[in-house]
Amino acid sequence: MQSGTFHTNYAADMALRPYWPQRLRIALVLVAVLVFPWFADRYWLNLANTIAIAAIGAIGLNILVGYTGQISIGQGGFLAVGAFSAGLMAARLDLPMWLTVPIASLFTAAVGAFFGLPSLRLKGLYLAIATLAAQEIITWVLTHGKLLGIGESLSIPRETSNIFGIPMTAIGNPDFAFYWVTVGCLILTVIFVSNLFRSRTGRAFVAIRDQDIAAQVIGVDLFRYKLLAFATSSFFAGMAGALTAHYRGIISWERFTIDTSILYLAMIIIGGLGSVSGSIYGAAFMTLLPAFLSNLARALSGAVPQINSYLPYMQQGAFGLAIILFLIFEPEGIVKMWRNVKDYFRLWPFSY
Amino acid sequence: MEKLIQLTMSGVANGAIFALVALGFVLIYKSSDVINFAQGELLLIGAYLTYMTVEQIGLWWPVGVVVAVLLAAVVGVLIEQLVLRPLIGEPAISVIMVTIGLSSLLRAIVGAIWGVTPRPAPQFLPRDTLTIFGASVGVDKIWAIFLALVLFVLLTLFFRFSREGIAMRAVADDQQAALSMGISVKRVWAVAWAIAAVTAAVGGILLMSIFGGVSGSIARVGLLVFPVVILGGLDSIPGAIIGGLIIGLLQSYAGGYLPPELGMGEVVPFIILLFILLVRPYGLFGQRFIERV
Repeated sequence: MQSGTFHTNYAADMALRPYWPQRLRIALVLVAVLVFPWFADRYWLNLANTIAIAAIGAIGLNILVGYTGQISIGQGGFLAVGAFSAGLMAARLDLPMWLTVPIASLFTAAVGAFFGLPSLRLKGLYLAIATLAAQEIITWVLTHGKLLGIGESLSIPRETSNIFGIPMTAIGNPDFAFYWVTVGCLILTVIFVSNLFRSRTGRAFVAIRDQDIAAQVIGVDLFRYKLLAFATSSFFAGMAGALTAHYRGIISWERFTIDTSILYLAMIIIGGLGSVSGSIYGAAFMTLLPAFLSNLARALSGAVPQINSYLPYMQQGAFGLAIILFLIFEPEGIVKMWRNVKDYFRLWPFSY
Repeated sequence: MEKLIQLTMSGVANGAIFALVALGFVLIYKSSDVINFAQGELLLIGAYLTYMTVEQIGLWWPVGVVVAVLLAAVVGVLIEQLVLRPLIGEPAISVIMVTIGLSSLLRAIVGAIWGVTPRPAPQFLPRDTLTIFGASVGVDKIWAIFLALVLFVLLTLFFRFSREGIAMRAVADDQQAALSMGISVKRVWAVAWAIAAVTAAVGGILLMSIFGGVSGSIARVGLLVFPVVILGGLDSIPGAIIGGLIIGLLQSYAGGYLPPELGMGEVVPFIILLFILLVRPYGLFGQRFIERV
């Protein structure tokens, strides 16, 4: 058991995961991720894809809210920008997925930086309200989609969802094939973001969160780094949106309302602010909770026949209740709970 | 001209309702620094409680409205005691998120009890129309404006002369000083939530009466509170009233004069909101915020 930090060279000190139990855990998780799709049925693969896409979006939001301290209620809008720009490229120009996803992500990053402009003058609650306005304006643009040539919804041709020319159908059923795409994107995102916060840029983000004026005094260009945080965050929102567009094959504005923004905020709050793994836990929790409730309702529908009509309210209520209970009893989220468990075993038989 | 008068009247009527809702929002913000995202759901609860007392239980409507408003006040106090109280001293994002969670929970409860299908509302306000300068204007709108005005006057008197109102102003001005003078800040917070719930409930009842129906869409007005309070100044009560009227009028004109297929009425308040935030973030009457480390 590891009982302290005893690094003897710089390489060990700089390592992202310096201890063998951490590496073992990562190896186990990777094995599980690689083995899972061969045994799971389509229902579970669909859930896994949803979680992976949500986790990318949640990590993006966490860069902005958890690490840089800029509260944003506009993530749904940025997801929409990613989804519709990728969707339009695929539907109108027949561009393949491996091109639309990066281009849509970059485009969303630019849009995000634009809506980050108010952060020059606003902070805290005012900025939150400004992003709320951004969300409402993006939703309005989409609902009046005739301007962009979008009707009620946009369908993305299945053929465009290929990887370097290899069609998805060659790999297996869509859920199975997309699993590798979504999980691959998620792994890249995790590696990138974990390292981001060991770099100069990432440290500047954290300095802005902890004390923006002090950060400015020590030479952090506030405006530049705030915009960069908005752009990076929106980049991943755009990626999540673009993946949603290709995975679902059909998108409409209803998927990206303010409720989506709130859902993503809830993910990072429940998972843990300022934590990459927390974003994934939160995304998994928020995706599995309604799925669990609908399975529960199906199981109970024999005993209580009218339960199905109450299901949407149960899901909505459980969502609200989960946020409230986490904030009251474990404000640092699932990541803190997991750390408590690890600490218990690490320190056992002592309490601290 | 006729169209102008009609649009003005409906704009003022909506604006008065927005102002009522914004007033509660500002009260909560001033006394406890909480941004309340559940303000729209307080409207919803007020409207549905009235539906319950008047239509489902069958009380005579003035009694029903009073009972519903009192119940709404109780809900407000309960929310403050159970949900906001444990979060004192937590960062702003936690407080925002807890009110967001609350809004979801309240909407779920309302939905589970009354369902999502719109229901015909009990009619209190007369439905006939008046002719002003050749334009026909619904009497219910004039009533809504009048009732909102009465409530504003009552609240002004409350803040000016009652012991509780003066305590609230003291807490809003300087919480520490108020504490040292023996004012119970907790009690003030409870009263602020009660008043916010009451003004929102009255707003909800008036909206229900103007729409002629009650449905979940009433909660949409909760989001419009943000343009109103930012325009007027987040910590200003007169600002909330004037901001409400301006947003109501602009929304009504934008919806009436610009091509209807654009649905500008929905988005104009938010464009104004972004503009105000960029130019004058403290709003028309808000306190300028000077930051020191």
